[in-house]
Amino acid sequence: MTAATARPRAARRFSVGATMVRVALGFAVLSLLSGAFEAPDLFSRGGIGATLRFAAPILLAGLGAVWAERSGVINIGLEGMMIAGTWFGAWAGYQWGLGPALVAGVGAGVVFGLALAVLAVTLGVDQAIAGLSLNVLAAGLTRFLSSVAFATVPGGSIVTSPPVPAFPSASVPGAPWLLGPIEHSGIPILGDVAAVLLGLLTDVSILTIVVVLLVPATWWLLWRTRLGLRIRAVGERPEAADTLGVRPWRYRYLALGVSGGLAGLGGVYLVTVASSLYREGQTAGRGFIGLATVIFGNWNPWSVTVGSLVFGFTDALRTRQEVTVGVLVAGLGVLCLIVAVRRGLARDRKGTLVFGVAGVAMLVWFAAVRVVPSELVSFAPHLATLVVLAAVRRRVRPPAALGEPFRRDA
Amino acid sequence: MTRLRGAGPILLAPFVAIVLALGVAAVILALAGANPVGTLRDALAYGLEPTTLIAVVNKALPYYLAGIAAAVGFHLRLFNIGIDGQYRLAAFAAAVIGAAVSLPPPLHIALIVAVALVVGWGWAAIAGLLYVRRGVNVVISTIMLNAIATGIIAYLLSPLRLAQQAAGSNNVATATIPASGWFAGIPTPAGDINGGLVLAVVVGFGYWFVLRRTTIGFEVRAMGLAGRAATVAGMRSSRLALLTMAASGAIAGLVGLPQLLGASHRFGLDFPAGLAFTGLAVAILGRNHPVGIAVAALAWAFIERSAQVLDLAGISREIVTILQAVIVLSIVVAYEVVRRIRTRRERRLVAVSVEGSAG
Repeated sequence: MTAATARPRAARRFSVGATMVRVALGFAVLSLLSGAFEAPDLFSRGGIGATLRFAAPILLAGLGAVWAERSGVINIGLEGMMIAGTWFGAWAGYQWGLGPALVAGVGAGVVFGLALAVLAVTLGVDQAIAGLSLNVLAAGLTRFLSSVAFATVPGGSIVTSPPVPAFPSASVPGAPWLLGPIEHSGIPILGDVAAVLLGLLTDVSILTIVVVLLVPATWWLLWRTRLGLRIRAVGERPEAADTLGVRPWRYRYLALGVSGGLAGLGGVYLVTVASSLYREGQTAGRGFIGLATVIFGNWNPWSVTVGSLVFGFTDALRTRQEVTVGVLVAGLGVLCLIVAVRRGLARDRKGTLVFGVAGVAMLVWFAAVRVVPSELVSFAPHLATLVVLAAVRRRVRPPAALGEPFRRDA
Repeated sequence: MTRLRGAGPILLAPFVAIVLALGVAAVILALAGANPVGTLRDALAYGLEPTTLIAVVNKALPYYLAGIAAAVGFHLRLFNIGIDGQYRLAAFAAAVIGAAVSLPPPLHIALIVAVALVVGWGWAAIAGLLYVRRGVNVVISTIMLNAIATGIIAYLLSPLRLAQQAAGSNNVATATIPASGWFAGIPTPAGDINGGLVLAVVVGFGYWFVLRRTTIGFEVRAMGLAGRAATVAGMRSSRLALLTMAASGAIAGLVGLPQLLGASHRFGLDFPAGLAFTGLAVAILGRNHPVGIAVAALAWAFIERSAQVLDLAGISREIVTILQAVIVLSIVVAYEVVRRIRTRRERRLVAVSVEGSAG
């Protein structure tokens, strides 16, 4: 329809070099602006650490969605599986420690994942209805269990668990010694680069490292093993797989079990790393944002990681000062104007208009108000999800059999 | 003939679901240490008291409107989870504007209803446009829009902006709508029924009429039942999807009005939230039929209301949420099983007649 979609497909191949240039440019603009308008915590060490902690649960939900959707099932129940993970993780964690917390949280997620498999794969119920019902079931179940298990023990209440122990943290040795001086040197862009590196390399929870390792693990299992090939085949052409002796049900059960387990781990992460207890409503739609990262990431774990970092960054904005978010809006405005100019040079009138108007609007907001009130920051990740989905959806290709129940007689 | 034989299992499905749900309820009650049979009997007795029944009807009104809103989307397999955000944003806007003007009663109510319709319509149209133009999954976009609506309301519902601190409590609410903008209650011996009942009946009739007696309703049904055939016949799926989504949102915009115009007369922090799943569930239970949805909404409200007995027995009322999820799941499973049995039987009939004509 637009000029962008009419361009030949090869012209838009993903290029690492060009992407890095873009990221560097964006970083430089934001860094300079945050220096100029005194927004110290845009790229602070703590802010980057918070981004990691907010991104990890979204990433886990996203990886869970990759598993489910590559096998052909939309897992709308990820949110509920994550809720189950938070509750059971906290319940086991406060009593018996971290190992049991992992087992209980992941196990609860797996159980819910398999429940979705029974409903959507065996019984052929509409996947969206089954997933949504499981979300409600998980929310109701945990609330009921809280009234039985948490409200009666010291330190707990009907909506919160007693404190849960935290996973230990690790740092790359020598990083603070090497980068610390640069971080505090006040050099415009370099100082922020050092702060970002420090945020990524120091004081990182062990569980975060595990989460990061799950990305290559997912990629390897799904794209480099026979099992993965079969799961993906079932998601593309279940009939063809079935005629070759690969039973779609079996692989969809397996994929949904893994999917639920990953979401459950996301729940455990929320109660042990991102906070230190279970709180009702803690997942706050992260399961759904994880689903969105998969579309953004074209059903590929590497791109899903990028997506969850973007959403984690916006999610972590709530921990920052209102001034900082204002500066971020200004920076996005400048970047939008740059894109608008480039679109203009490419003779894409619609793109120029959209980005130009958006850029000017953001800069006007910044000039007039300077800050973004916390109520509006609260939905930043959700707004980012919408905008990103609207922007990328046309370029991606979902698994061919996604959302379709498989029946031999159909 | 097949149709008649199929009707039995269809009616059986809800009963199977209810029996299953009661079984689950009994198990949970037993686990929580209560006497299941006695508690369920108490709940039933309480639910059937006249004053409770009036409360059930009043409670069912928003559920019914949400159910109709969800049912509209279901015809094109659009899951409008955004009913929640749509009705809260619509009710908020309606409360602010309704309190700001004073008009003669019919006009005042008409204005408030119009505001609610337009806001719900517009908020849902965002999701509709994203779906039609950019292919964004409606479930995801409407959930995101719910969160955004929550943030916008939290921002505006502040003493600094469009609301004020209520005297003697820590509730923050918009100004009270003048009495000319209220729904008149319908008096009965056991108490007043919310005047929103009239609105619900009008919406239910309108839903049936548009769907069954107009061209656009026919097109929506045709597109939902046989999309490819409808497209070949010249209907445009994107136009219908956008229209359906917006219509669903407009009806969703009305969901808050029985509460706003019939009870609280202002929008405060305590305004009820989270009716999206209820709407979907009620629409599924009622099989998208205006009367079926009414029955389902009443049943839903009855379950919630009679569960208040559980508080007296010292059991968390939250088991109701579990029950509701179980009901929805067992009913969709039952429908699916029934559908399969019918398909198989029809196939066999076709096979028999084909063989018969060949031989």
